[in-house]
Amino acid sequence: MAEVETKRKKSFYKENVPLLMQGNEACALGALAAGCRFFAGYPITPSTEIAEILSRLLPRVGGKFIQMEDEIASIAAIIGASIAGAKAMTSTSGPGYSLMQENLGYAYMAEVPCVIVNVMRGGPSTGLPTKVAQGDVMQSKWGTHGDYFPIVIVPSSVKECFDYTVKAFSLSEEYRIPVTVLSDEVLGHMREIVKLPSQEELNIVTVPKPYEPPEWYKHFEITPDFRSPMASFGEGYRFHLTGLTHDEYGFPTASKTEIVRKLEKLRLKTMRHLDELTDVRVEMMDDAHIMIFAYGSTARAARQAIRMARKRRFKVGLIQPRIIWPFPDQIVREYLERVDLVIVPELNQGQIIREVKRLRYRHVKIIGLNRFDGELITPQQILDKLKEERH
Amino acid sequence: MVEQVSNVTHKYLRPKKTFPNVWCPGCGIGIAMGALIRAIDSLNFNKDDVSVVSGIGCTARIPVYLDFNTLHTTHGRAIAFATGVKLANPKLHVIVISGDGDLLAIGGNHFIHAARRNIDITCILVNNYIYGMTGGQYSPTTPFAKNASTAPYGMIEQSFDPSDLAKSSGATYVARGTVYHASQLSRLISQAISHNGFSFVEVISNCHTQYGRLNREGSAVKMIQWQKEYAVPASAAARMTREELEGKFVTGKLHEVFRPEYVSEYQKIIDKFNEEEEENRQLQES
Repeated sequence: MAEVETKRKKSFYKENVPLLMQGNEACALGALAAGCRFFAGYPITPSTEIAEILSRLLPRVGGKFIQMEDEIASIAAIIGASIAGAKAMTSTSGPGYSLMQENLGYAYMAEVPCVIVNVMRGGPSTGLPTKVAQGDVMQSKWGTHGDYFPIVIVPSSVKECFDYTVKAFSLSEEYRIPVTVLSDEVLGHMREIVKLPSQEELNIVTVPKPYEPPEWYKHFEITPDFRSPMASFGEGYRFHLTGLTHDEYGFPTASKTEIVRKLEKLRLKTMRHLDELTDVRVEMMDDAHIMIFAYGSTARAARQAIRMARKRRFKVGLIQPRIIWPFPDQIVREYLERVDLVIVPELNQGQIIREVKRLRYRHVKIIGLNRFDGELITPQQILDKLKEERH
Repeated sequence: MVEQVSNVTHKYLRPKKTFPNVWCPGCGIGIAMGALIRAIDSLNFNKDDVSVVSGIGCTARIPVYLDFNTLHTTHGRAIAFATGVKLANPKLHVIVISGDGDLLAIGGNHFIHAARRNIDITCILVNNYIYGMTGGQYSPTTPFAKNASTAPYGMIEQSFDPSDLAKSSGATYVARGTVYHASQLSRLISQAISHNGFSFVEVISNCHTQYGRLNREGSAVKMIQWQKEYAVPASAAARMTREELEGKFVTGKLHEVFRPEYVSEYQKIIDKFNEEEEENRQLQES
């Protein structure tokens, strides 16, 4: 079966040849390559292409696509599908991501792997449907109610849209957690040349199945590394899932010890693996006195800006996190000790800068460069800001 | 007789940790759960092939007691979760069981769209005319002029008829039973589960703790007796005039039609690609 699927995929998945494609297309192909076989979504600009592409391609590989009645139903359906054994994804944008927050919390609590692509647009509310923004960074961390520790990925190129959608699936399976991919309007619609890797080059992780017999199985077992195997509905394990705080079997609990154990597990399963969950691109930081901290499409401008600045003899480098939550504290702290100025360009009025400031070291000056008029920050703007600070 | 019934029930209950249950003494939900168990037993399903999904509320607590693949979801979203479960694993018999507030107020949109899609899910709505768990607030089925904790001067909204709503939204099997007529109820549920398409069973139940208290309808026994007195079998109702039916409710199978089922239609698309693939392969080989 796998062989047939791979063969068929080749008609639309061409390995190692240069292809011109959109970020949204790359997300869709990344999902298929990662083994996504279920997609539920609701049309919303600027993410709709992902749904359209998958509605066409999923049945060709034996997968299912469904357009639900709203975004709440979309995320509910992917959680249901994941519990029944399919790798599942939805894609949306700002308003839809807001609607998904409650069920996103359910997926954290019930430890259901799934992937949510949020192609960010201007907000709040309906905002700027066709324009770029990075306003959902904090929402992706704190959006649903309660106490949880999410994994959020921010790609910055079309190739990264592909690679990091694949990675989102792997992390979501490994940690049994919903993973958000924060793309944005520019990345989603921008076209770049991409070479898709072969199946062997992809590092695809699938959550292991339990090896013990059903009567021994605990769906929420607390293992030493907080990652546990997962059975699916229909495989003979007959477990219970609930959004209520539950014990290791999944049954609701009011026991203080069990409540604490459950909530600690939700924290530790990401926070105990910070090394594996740190993915930061460091550029020209060896001798740098100035750090640009940028993510997503803004990092592209920053990359150009440091090259322009280097020509003018500014010792400047770039830190670009590709996993933004959990925040890469250690690596940022390390570089904060070496620089005296940090510029944080963002397409919002200052969100991730708060995290950098939280790690402030001595007298380091940390300033934001914010744009929220629906356009990208240009390399020149970053350069001008840098010159302004250094006269 | 009691022993026989209890033997069947116990075969499908989870002995570990989940009991005693959360329902008030005299509540009809336990009877609805028993009817569901007997319906599944009569169909001889393997327990591994059954999935019971619920939302939030008193009725939504049913799955935790049942030894199936059980899913207790967020408020109102049971049908949307169930849609994902069914599509991802079509061999599962997916049953949604929840209350009137959960399925018709917060979950109303999912309800009508699942019915319209005609996806092979069985939806059981236990209608007790009120929000029980949160303390007696009015629901979309609370009758006009009745009291609720949030309608202290009487209900001035009109109410839904869940079975009518299901039928007009496209459900292809619709039935109504009561917790008084327990054996008829399990027959209706087993018919609904066997039906290929979106099937709906409304179960008239009693909430003497909230609805009964606020409306002076008396004890659990009295409320269940009301069901006996006011239920009219569908066959008898066909011969009655509109005036004669005023204030009563019709029980039994209310509607059944056959329309293309969503999951099978989707499978046809997949099969078409499989066939094309197979043809291409044979062409290449020859």
